[in-house]
Amino acid sequence: MTAAPAPRLDLAPAPGAVPAARMVLAQTGYEVRSTLRNGEQLLLTLIIPVVLLLLFGGTSLLDLGTGDRIGFLAPGVLALAVLSTAFTGQAIGTGFERRYGVLKRLGATPLPRGGLIAAKTLTVIVVEIVQAVVICAVSLAMGWHPHGDPASVVALLLLGTAAFSGFGLLMAGTLRAEATLAAANLVYILLLAVGGVVFPLDKFPSGIRAALELLPISALSDGLRQVLQDGAAFPGKPLLVLTVWAVAGLVLAARFFKWE
Amino acid sequence: MAPPEDSAVEIDGLVKRYGTATAVDGLSFRAARGAVTALLGPNGAGKTTTIEICEGFRRADAGSVRVLGLDPAGDAAALKPRVGVMPQSGGVPGTARAAEFLRLIASFHTTPLDPAALLDRLGLTEHARTPYRRLSGGQQQRLSLAVALVGRPELVFLDEPTTGLDPQARHSVWELIAELRAAGVSVLLTTHYMDEAEHLADQVVIVDHGRIVAEGAPADLTGAERQLRFRARPGLGLEELLSALPVGSTAKESPAGHYLIEGNVDPGLLATVTAWCASHGVLADDLRIERRTLEDVFLELTGRELRS
Repeated sequence: MTAAPAPRLDLAPAPGAVPAARMVLAQTGYEVRSTLRNGEQLLLTLIIPVVLLLLFGGTSLLDLGTGDRIGFLAPGVLALAVLSTAFTGQAIGTGFERRYGVLKRLGATPLPRGGLIAAKTLTVIVVEIVQAVVICAVSLAMGWHPHGDPASVVALLLLGTAAFSGFGLLMAGTLRAEATLAAANLVYILLLAVGGVVFPLDKFPSGIRAALELLPISALSDGLRQVLQDGAAFPGKPLLVLTVWAVAGLVLAARFFKWE
Repeated sequence: MAPPEDSAVEIDGLVKRYGTATAVDGLSFRAARGAVTALLGPNGAGKTTTIEICEGFRRADAGSVRVLGLDPAGDAAALKPRVGVMPQSGGVPGTARAAEFLRLIASFHTTPLDPAALLDRLGLTEHARTPYRRLSGGQQQRLSLAVALVGRPELVFLDEPTTGLDPQARHSVWELIAELRAAGVSVLLTTHYMDEAEHLADQVVIVDHGRIVAEGAPADLTGAERQLRFRARPGLGLEELLSALPVGSTAKESPAGHYLIEGNVDPGLLATVTAWCASHGVLADDLRIERRTLEDVFLELTGRELRS
């Protein structure tokens, strides 16, 4: 601040809010830019999935139980991408926004709370599209030949997104931010290990395997594999499992989420 | 009581409890439209709780609150475009760049201030691309104020707007608040700084333990009374001095060597005190006549013990 006269601002009141849809779009644009700029988020959303594809698809480090290595890996890594963005990234990001009073402050602006949730959901979907493009491009370059019905793939991805978002927001809206950070990363690692993402579930004893198949990540990776690898028309069981998780997660989040 | 449309904020019998602790205990006051109202009080007096109820963040346990004639909880959607909020701290994502976040909030409003001009006015142009977490405390405060103002609100709530600012930034914020008032914006602010309240506010409400202990224009609160202070060697015979002074005067030594005379301080009283000093071979050092400040009033009303 210098001695130079400060410019005059017309501070006379002129309040008014733009339509909610415009606010949601503005908020979405802001959130997408922040997500794509954030190094830790990029590690989670793009670098780890691509490294897994290259590492296990390009080498025989891991016994995938099939000769079609990329055909097995690509659907699993797509499922992991949904997990990383809808659950881990969203839980940590929203948890810290809650902790630092950002949710509260946005609550004092004309942006309605429902509009903020809509913007977060759109952001997750935009980031997932970026992830899917990169993962599919790398997989195709590695000789991937996907089959199946695109509508089933989209249905699986959307239900998976809903399920992971519900539990991500539940965690962000109930736990302390540090606890959310630790727990969301732990869940990510655990589900990566036991969710049929890159390690085939048929390596597990059958009793344990039946239980693991009920996890949302297993349902998503298995469902995507049924369609993209085997050309199944309607992956009924995975869709059912994901629907149950999605309803449970969203209902619990709506019930228990605290804004501050 | 005036009709609600004349009040920016009208609070009547407000009560808020947290568990067994009562944070706000039957508070009533009104903040006039187009005026600056300062809520003054020690830590834990209930200032922030009161302002957060006005902002719609908390629900009252009893009593009524009207903001621009509306209910801050029930009419939130109608109120939010019209009200600017500056919380005591935080509220901006650590990774958000100053100008980016301000532009986002501006984009929610139909006729916002120009974000670049507002940043310039608050001395933040150089930091427009700096992430919030790398701004200094004072810069974060100023960005937070900009966010509260960018939508051109009718009413702003400023919770400790100048805490942590250096003197230059503080005066610049004072000027901006004076300009808001001149432009017809109603301001309700909280502060610990007596000089801030004295300088800015049309109306001061002093709260302690969730209750109002005094309210009025700063000049009414400090009154016209003057006092005389001087320093000299400790242990002067004050009773002898008092007998020479007009009835109703008081004299005390606190701390040792610091003397305070209160009463009708006029030329005669000043002459009496200096004559008495001369006859006792006492040099009244640092002798001055002053008015009570808001700080004197505040400490009288809220006591001198430290608050947590």
